[in-house]
Amino acid sequence: MQHALPPSRSVPLAITAHTATTALGAGLHAQREALRAGRSGLRRNDFGDAPRLDCWIGRVGGLEQAPLPPPLADWESRNHRLAWMALHQDGFIEAARAAVARHGATRVAVLVGTSTSSIGETEAAYAQQVDGRFPEALVRLLVHTPHALGDFVALATGARGPCMTVATACSSSAKVFALAARMLQAGLADAAVVGGVDTLCGSVLYGFNSLQLVSDEPCRPFDIQRRGLSLGEAGGFALLERDGQARGWLRGYGESSDAHHMSAPHPQGLGARRAMADALARAGLEPDAVGYLNLHGTATPANDSVEAQAVAAMFPETLHASSTKGWTGHTLGAAGIVESVLTLLALEDGLLPGTLNSRDPDPACGPQVRFETAQRRIDYAMNNAFGFGGNNCSLVFARA
Amino acid sequence: MTATALTAGIEGVGLWIAQAPSWAAYRALLAGTTPAAETATRPAPALLPPNERRRAPDTVLVALEAAQAACADAGRDPATLPSVFVSTYGDLAITEHLCQTLATAPRELSPTRFHNSVHNAAAGYWTIACGAATPATALSAEFAMGLLEAMAQLATGAPAVLLVGYDGSAPALLRQVAPTDGLLGGALVLGPPAPGRPRLTLSLDDGEAPPPSTTVAAGNAMAPMLPLFEALARGAPAVVLPAGPGRVLRVELAHG
Repeated sequence: MQHALPPSRSVPLAITAHTATTALGAGLHAQREALRAGRSGLRRNDFGDAPRLDCWIGRVGGLEQAPLPPPLADWESRNHRLAWMALHQDGFIEAARAAVARHGATRVAVLVGTSTSSIGETEAAYAQQVDGRFPEALVRLLVHTPHALGDFVALATGARGPCMTVATACSSSAKVFALAARMLQAGLADAAVVGGVDTLCGSVLYGFNSLQLVSDEPCRPFDIQRRGLSLGEAGGFALLERDGQARGWLRGYGESSDAHHMSAPHPQGLGARRAMADALARAGLEPDAVGYLNLHGTATPANDSVEAQAVAAMFPETLHASSTKGWTGHTLGAAGIVESVLTLLALEDGLLPGTLNSRDPDPACGPQVRFETAQRRIDYAMNNAFGFGGNNCSLVFARA
Repeated sequence: MTATALTAGIEGVGLWIAQAPSWAAYRALLAGTTPAAETATRPAPALLPPNERRRAPDTVLVALEAAQAACADAGRDPATLPSVFVSTYGDLAITEHLCQTLATAPRELSPTRFHNSVHNAAAGYWTIACGAATPATALSAEFAMGLLEAMAQLATGAPAVLLVGYDGSAPALLRQVAPTDGLLGGALVLGPPAPGRPRLTLSLDDGEAPPPSTTVAAGNAMAPMLPLFEALARGAPAVVLPAGPGRVLRVELAHG
């Protein structure tokens, strides 16, 4: 396997706004309250028509009653409703539009991640087909490509810079931070709206079920008794600029491929280690500088033991590492942005989440993997996101 | 900062369409010297073992075929290159299979079809087949956006980057909402500018790109990338690619 030289240190980028909407509620306040109270957003599967899979889901409340405004009717989908709802929390869309006004529309990039975008509407079109035709109402929608999400966010924010939808499964909306860092460093944009949105749909519920990765109980990351993941949906965004009133800083990113298997991680976690090592190198930090690590921690048997071993091999015992998927479920293409936002909140508040629902640690876990929430002021934090195709991304953030 | 111009050398080119299943065949086709026998039905990238070649989605095959050819043309070991894969739709035959199964017998969904349904399937197969532990990025966007990301990687430390654009054919039902036809894959290995090597310089601007005048693969969703390959083949000095509503990417070419 090739191993290039570690990357050189990169320039920190200011995160001037951020927000997340998950099963815990809409916006940062709801995330904070649930983290503090140890309240999970998971519920028994009540998504779609019966019969349903016997599992737990992280469903965002109120989307059914929140249609898009009439001028955006051609973009109607569950995914775009969630994007719209998430954009309107915490003053994010105002901050994005202000950045458009400040830098000029063509200098603001839109870089968003998703795994399934609006495929729920394509699934509905198949379910409602008549004589080999889709219903007209579903045909006219501008939603039947993954890039619909990028186009929608560009339209909503007024940004006209480079617009890309990253679709690398569960690492998608972590990688957007890396793309933004490159784009700003290369001078192709002066600001970037990054983020990600993924919504519950048949494809992911029954797809992960076919791989026997869905738990019949709320997910228990890193627990010896864990039985798989709980799927969730979420949307989140961050605004990156070279400087400004920073709420936090993006200090480094690392990306890698496992080069091993489409749906199973590398047994020694080589890809995960390389992503984490490159993110630290770009941040110019040693592992002991990191105070909190938000793990990918899906609660599948393979992911958690491989990731725990990779973390134990790289970090000192003092690291507080946890998975927040017991709160939100695994939000797939949105996991990167949601968990980056939770990581930024840990930096802002000093509240380091534990691992909700988990009781007996897998012996693969080192002392880094924590089940209990802790309160401690920290300077640097990392977020891991790993996806199918062996696609890995790690991000390092710093306190403002 | 407003002005933006990025320059790279083109180290290698790969292309696959049924009427011209290689870069050489495409150039011959444009020159009007194609032997009639030079057509193909399905790409067969040598990098995949025969059993995987049989099972892999067509879009994965065409992407890998073009990628492998571009790396060979560049004389680069594929395992050393970060990669950027751009596709509008991914594999629509898989999308259709998934949606039909969900509409009738959702619990019978095939696990292999499911993991092949991810938009980064081609990128994943590529990194596995050539043992590339390097970063791989899969985009749903215009080809011009993949070109920008590849150039941004070069500008921020990557010694060379593999860029692949591809799309496939929509099954009948999906054609109503996702119009794309035929199989098309094109790939470039981009590196630092060097003497004797074609060079491209990019700039973003307001404007509308002319509709692609391609006579081959015209119905494919990735056909808007073909004017760049045609300009390379013909030695044209510049080409304009679509880059979002009312935006274009101007590509100036210097031919070595």
